[in-house]
Amino acid sequence: MRAESIAQLAQALRARRISSAELTQQSLAAAHVHSHLNALITLDETGALAAAKRADAALTQAASSALTGIPFVHKDIFCTNGIRTTCASRMLENFVPPYDAHVVGQLNDALAVSIGKANMDEFAMGSSNENSFFGPVKNPWDTARVPGGSSGGSAAAVAAGIVTFATGTDTGGSIRQPAAFCGITGLKPTYGRVSRFGMIAYASSLDCGGVLARSAADCAQVLAAIAGHDARDATSVDRPVDDCVAALSTSLKGIRIGVAREYFGAGVEDGVAAATQAALRELEKLGATLIDISLPNAALAIPAYYVIAPAEASSNLSRYDGVRYGHRCAGPKSLEDLYTRSRSEGFGSEVQRRILVGTYALSAGYYDAYYLRAQRARRVIANDFTEAFASVDLIAGPTAPTVAFKLGEKSGDPLAMYSADVNTVAVNLAGLPAISLPAGFVPNESDNGLPVGLQLIAPAFAEARLLNAAHQLQLATDWHTRTPPP
Amino acid sequence: MTDSHPWQAVIGLEIHAQLSTTSKLFSDASTAYGADPNTQISAVDVALPGTLPVPNRAARDKAIRFGLAIGAQIARKSIFARKNYFYPDLSKGYQISQYELPIVGSGKLVVRTDDGRTLEVEIQRAHLEEDAGKSLHDVFHAATGIDFNRAGVPLLEIVSAPVLHSAQDAVAYMRTVHTLVRWLGICDGNMQEGSFRCDANVSVRPLGETKLGTRTEIKNVNSFRFVEKAIEYEIERQIRALENGERLVQETRLYDAAHHHTRPMRSKEDADDYRYFPDPDLPPLMVTDTDIATIRAGLPELPQARRQRYLETLGLSDADAAQLCADKATADYFEAVLTALPGQAKLCANWVLGELAAALNAGGLAIESSRVSAVAFAHLLRRVHDATISGKIAKDVFAAMWTGEGDADAIIETRGLTQISDVGALAAAVDAVLVEFPVQLADYRGGNEKLLQFFVGQIMKRTRGQANPQQLNTLLREKLHS
Repeated sequence: MRAESIAQLAQALRARRISSAELTQQSLAAAHVHSHLNALITLDETGALAAAKRADAALTQAASSALTGIPFVHKDIFCTNGIRTTCASRMLENFVPPYDAHVVGQLNDALAVSIGKANMDEFAMGSSNENSFFGPVKNPWDTARVPGGSSGGSAAAVAAGIVTFATGTDTGGSIRQPAAFCGITGLKPTYGRVSRFGMIAYASSLDCGGVLARSAADCAQVLAAIAGHDARDATSVDRPVDDCVAALSTSLKGIRIGVAREYFGAGVEDGVAAATQAALRELEKLGATLIDISLPNAALAIPAYYVIAPAEASSNLSRYDGVRYGHRCAGPKSLEDLYTRSRSEGFGSEVQRRILVGTYALSAGYYDAYYLRAQRARRVIANDFTEAFASVDLIAGPTAPTVAFKLGEKSGDPLAMYSADVNTVAVNLAGLPAISLPAGFVPNESDNGLPVGLQLIAPAFAEARLLNAAHQLQLATDWHTRTPPP
Repeated sequence: MTDSHPWQAVIGLEIHAQLSTTSKLFSDASTAYGADPNTQISAVDVALPGTLPVPNRAARDKAIRFGLAIGAQIARKSIFARKNYFYPDLSKGYQISQYELPIVGSGKLVVRTDDGRTLEVEIQRAHLEEDAGKSLHDVFHAATGIDFNRAGVPLLEIVSAPVLHSAQDAVAYMRTVHTLVRWLGICDGNMQEGSFRCDANVSVRPLGETKLGTRTEIKNVNSFRFVEKAIEYEIERQIRALENGERLVQETRLYDAAHHHTRPMRSKEDADDYRYFPDPDLPPLMVTDTDIATIRAGLPELPQARRQRYLETLGLSDADAAQLCADKATADYFEAVLTALPGQAKLCANWVLGELAAALNAGGLAIESSRVSAVAFAHLLRRVHDATISGKIAKDVFAAMWTGEGDADAIIETRGLTQISDVGALAAAVDAVLVEFPVQLADYRGGNEKLLQFFVGQIMKRTRGQANPQQLNTLLREKLHS
């Protein structure tokens, strides 16, 4: 099944060449075969088989959607009614939500089959998936390497062929960077396009639900199911959703692609830069015009992000106090002790680091120098994009400066780790949609090479244009069809 | 500083009025009071992961209603901010409030003090915020329970400028706000249930000094009487301390009604730093000109204006006008009576504030639940006005109406209470009495004029109270002096 697209699977299911039950069995079997990747925190075999049965019933009655019967996984940040949702944290090790996230409800309604919950960096804080209470995820291309983060489990599960697609969230690159590291396609929609209801918050003004899949066409199918207004999220945008699937086949003739100089700056590996340039030349062959552009304030993105995101996180994570649910320390001696030990035991070190940084940035006397300044930088960064989009239709560059790095390589050096997000965080600060898609390989010690990701960025709500360009490139190239060694 | 140096107290109030919406400020859970603990909560109220706040439009509109009533600028764009602190009854670890940009800007309120002065009190701002839950310290052995029913209930925090100078003025202001919020229908004003609460900021300074002294904040006092006593105590305590050469500390104090004193709340180890920042879950709260026009069009005549009208147009006394306008339902009842009996404002006011108020009071009823409708009440008063019955008889008729015996005319008819205004019949009764009591008659004519009331009483007895008092008076005097 792994080589097949959502459209092909949907056709096979509708033609009864295969049943959802069979597909789901295969998916569960693949999950077991690849359990060494540690891509999943929870495997819900019973629920998956029951959902497959419902999907098969709907398929016989022709009451199906494009996703009906197709197995997938949710990042374990999306609340699933009756199924534990951990956010890869000891804090929520045993938390079972009494509701479905909006994204979960939408995919349930589409009768897609969730087989479980994907591993991730704790509370989506990380770029390597090493910050999980449930252990790191391994990159299917080279198990000594990280899959990227924070949606590392989602990316690894798709890359390894366990599922056809996975949900993810992207606060500073958490869909795009693991998609790049794992050789798949990852879409971060416009902020407000996908409801955050039931998506456990890391940094509310940046968090964005999206999808990881094998192709842009598949991403378009899933986006159609999860996008749209939801009154339960006050930041959800009430605006019609473009038909991204229909727009896939549009020609790229005349499209202007801005190549951002700053995205090829110091720290970008030569192999990554070369692969990206090669992919851009393919776009040129398809009729795109490449235009050299500058995003002069790009360097502000990392410092601004690492103030704003921790500031919001420090407040968002205050609810985990050991009082109502979640981890509670044994035998608290006082209220203070209850808070201190529950939180110290329940949160991992990166989460604690960001809570401390964020608390500091919001403190009296520091607020203006950090939080307000970061907000000003955010506006300047957003303005760079607005100006650039006056003369180009898309902006391109490498998704990440490097290919997947080795497990443990950067885990002791937070600043080095944060620089993995150098090309992705600005997009979140500006609230724009962006996609990462496979753009070739950089050779490594194994024979397979390591995947490189090309990032395309579009103006707000131009997901259709983004997916169209990515799809046209994928029609002309085969990087996205390559699979890691079995 | 000498003992004789005069001091000036400076007081500002922060009033928390619970907005009377059916659901909470950011969730669809009910706000009804008195339910079993934790039965009126949603996932949002207990801050389950992934839940998000959705603003309640009705709460916004009620805040605007208040703002318009005090002539304040309504912010077209206001911002919800997070006030971060840890406490077990604060589920999210932050309270959603408004900080830098409140929905209601500065306005003013005219306050009449008990001793007849008029104060114009500046209200600096009013902002929307959510209430916290409630810690239950006495329910479980060696443990504290938490009831989140209140968590997320919408509050309007009304902040006065520090412009009040006595406990009495502070309470007069608080009463005026209390009347206003109920009048506007935005808060039920129930202080026992915590729907209307007050924190008082109190400082003192030498009279003539313009700089404010060190202030203390007295938290959550929930009756007018206690607010007055707490402020009085605090002013005295501060003056005493300063005169003893002590330095005051800025702190939060609790009023202990049982011992009539204030005491510091358990001091926090570090200074409060709430790390306010705009809530990223909530876009700015927008208000359009149309919203404002619609809400303004729905505003009732305000208490101040109505009181003025009662004084100037209806010619009521200051006290009657004030009493009628103490709450809207009473004023509205009065006007309904007056509509049915035009031109008799004084009579209507006397009876609404007298007999009706007494009956309501005795029955523990609000005027909305009066057993006698305004129209029926007006009908009774018409019979007083047209002298069918005397005021005294009318009281009996009212009592009968109250117990459901029927309308005024029916009761007058059945009981045969029609006043005797027929001169012939009345004259016969007077003559009979004068004949019956010759000794008293002689005494009266000898100069003991106090006996007039004796004759009135006898005649009333003979006529079972139905004699028209004015006519009787005239007739009796004529006959006594003839």
